Amino acid sequence: MSALVSAQPIERPAAPESPWLRTLVKLRGNAKAWVGGALVTIFFAFALFAGLLAPYGPNEKPSRSEAGEVASNLPPSVAHWLGTDANEYDVFSRVVYGAKLSLFAGGLSILAAMLIGVPIGLWAGYRGGWVDSLLMRGVDVFLAFPGVLIAFLVLAAFRNGWAPVIAAVALINVPIFARQVRVSALVTKHLDYVEACRAIGASRFYILRKVMLPAATSPIIVLTTLGLGNAILEVAGLAFLGIGGDAGDPEWGSMLNQAKEHLSASLWPAIGPGLAITLSALGFNLLGDALRDAFDPR
Amino acid sequence: MSFLLRRSLQAALTMLVAFLAVFVAIRTLPNNPVLARFGQHASPERVAREMADQGWDRPILEQVGAFLSGVFTEGDLGESFAVEPGRPIAQLLGERIPATIELALAASLIAAPLGIAAGIVAAVWKNGLPDIVVMIGSLLGVCVPVFFLGILLMSIFTSLPAGFRLPISMDYESATGFVLLEAPFRGEFVVFFAALKQILLPAVALSTIPAAIISRIARSGMIDVLSQDYVRTARAKGASRSRTVLAHAFPNAAIPVANIAGFQLGMLLSGAVLTETVFSWPGLGRLMVDGVQASDYSVVQAGAMAVAGTFVIVNFAVDAFAVWLDPRLRGSGS
Repeated sequence: MSALVSAQPIERPAAPESPWLRTLVKLRGNAKAWVGGALVTIFFAFALFAGLLAPYGPNEKPSRSEAGEVASNLPPSVAHWLGTDANEYDVFSRVVYGAKLSLFAGGLSILAAMLIGVPIGLWAGYRGGWVDSLLMRGVDVFLAFPGVLIAFLVLAAFRNGWAPVIAAVALINVPIFARQVRVSALVTKHLDYVEACRAIGASRFYILRKVMLPAATSPIIVLTTLGLGNAILEVAGLAFLGIGGDAGDPEWGSMLNQAKEHLSASLWPAIGPGLAITLSALGFNLLGDALRDAFDPR
Repeated sequence: MSFLLRRSLQAALTMLVAFLAVFVAIRTLPNNPVLARFGQHASPERVAREMADQGWDRPILEQVGAFLSGVFTEGDLGESFAVEPGRPIAQLLGERIPATIELALAASLIAAPLGIAAGIVAAVWKNGLPDIVVMIGSLLGVCVPVFFLGILLMSIFTSLPAGFRLPISMDYESATGFVLLEAPFRGEFVVFFAALKQILLPAVALSTIPAAIISRIARSGMIDVLSQDYVRTARAKGASRSRTVLAHAFPNAAIPVANIAGFQLGMLLSGAVLTETVFSWPGLGRLMVDGVQASDYSVVQAGAMAVAGTFVIVNFAVDAFAVWLDPRLRGSGS
């Protein structure tokens, strides 16, 4: 009897580390995460500290004063790292200020897409049956068309400013969130702890918010990161077409549109904004890929 | 119900929903066509008169009926009032759609072989140098905006003028609208080569995204297949490496590739808006942009329907092709 009681001390399992910590540790060894993270950090720094980082204001004509000299379409120099554009603006400064609009418009549209798409996906996946069919058919109809078409209809209806651009990009991205979150909800709703919650009488809203939503966090984070890359491309594309936004604002797509008009004079005004769009999209894509690798338990 | 019958019903339904959505949206949104045409400060009487002229004051269902009967009896899609004032839109579409189809086909002819070859190479040398090169290439293909690439291509290859389907100096009347596809049959080889030169840059720019996506799907499909037992068996019985990869493994990876390639073709056919804008290519996408810019709503409406229609039809064709490729899909109903 006493032998039984004084048996070997039970080995305690190591304290369960936080899943966030585990993800971070995994990210540390991932080259994609470092490159992506660095690019994203640079562009966030541009957006947040544009006034400090840009040598000139976005609508300043810095080389004008030098008596009658033509200061438009200058090649890169010490004074103008990326040259000047047709309006004599400093391209590098406008690229730095452009990060504000691109990240803001892209971020806001992805946030809106998430706020609409996630509840749709959660509800459809959890509820199943006709609610699921109805919601998902609606999503399918949206996905049945090229995003550009949806954006056009929004922009045709509300022409001016950045709000319609943000709305259009949000609308294109809603189905992506809804679909992915639904898949996650379909998996988690049959897990024991969800069943247990139902058994002790938790309300549907409680289960969705406190149980199902946390389980879908990692796909949502991955989608948001990848989505930001796409949103930046989409916002720039619509601005480039000249049917959304405001052509006078320092925005990468509008800058490229203007550079195209003066291509015979100089290619330089196109290089800055073009690289900015490419590198920021690349940054979010790399980071998103790395996060997916880190969250994936395989 | 058989798979294809169900899919065709679904396609027809999707098109109907799309048509109704576009039609109703354009008539009820705040910036409605009449106001857009006369400005927000037009006198109410004038707006009312114009609304009555166009039939926009009638109940919406009646308008849908009138429009549809016009389309089916006379092929009447209305008239453009701003993009090319007074021209029937059916005529405009007839001019623009062939340009878009030629561009989409040209881009696909570049993207599909390139993407498939890159995907196979990456899978065979998984984690090796070729794989890394292909993966970086496909990432860049997705991240470099088409309009930036177009600008770069135009300024690098200045000897390849882009902008029209034929050089302005060339006087050629095409009977069908398909310049590239028609010229060889009429023995007009000079025209053919001139048109080929014009389409080259836009087609290359347009092919990057589909090529990137196809290469990723081809790579992952091939990686799955290459690790299967029958592939090892093929190697063991003495089949050469290239034969194993191309004749034994690839056909099994081809189905998802064909699916995604078809989907991409649908995207291209439905108007490569950005590419057409950069290169001033006179296609459907450009027409839509012009329509939105000029608030020419009949053009936007007809263009949107053409885009939606093309997209639905191509996707249906892709599904039919998938059923032909993969007999397991037949009759299963799901």
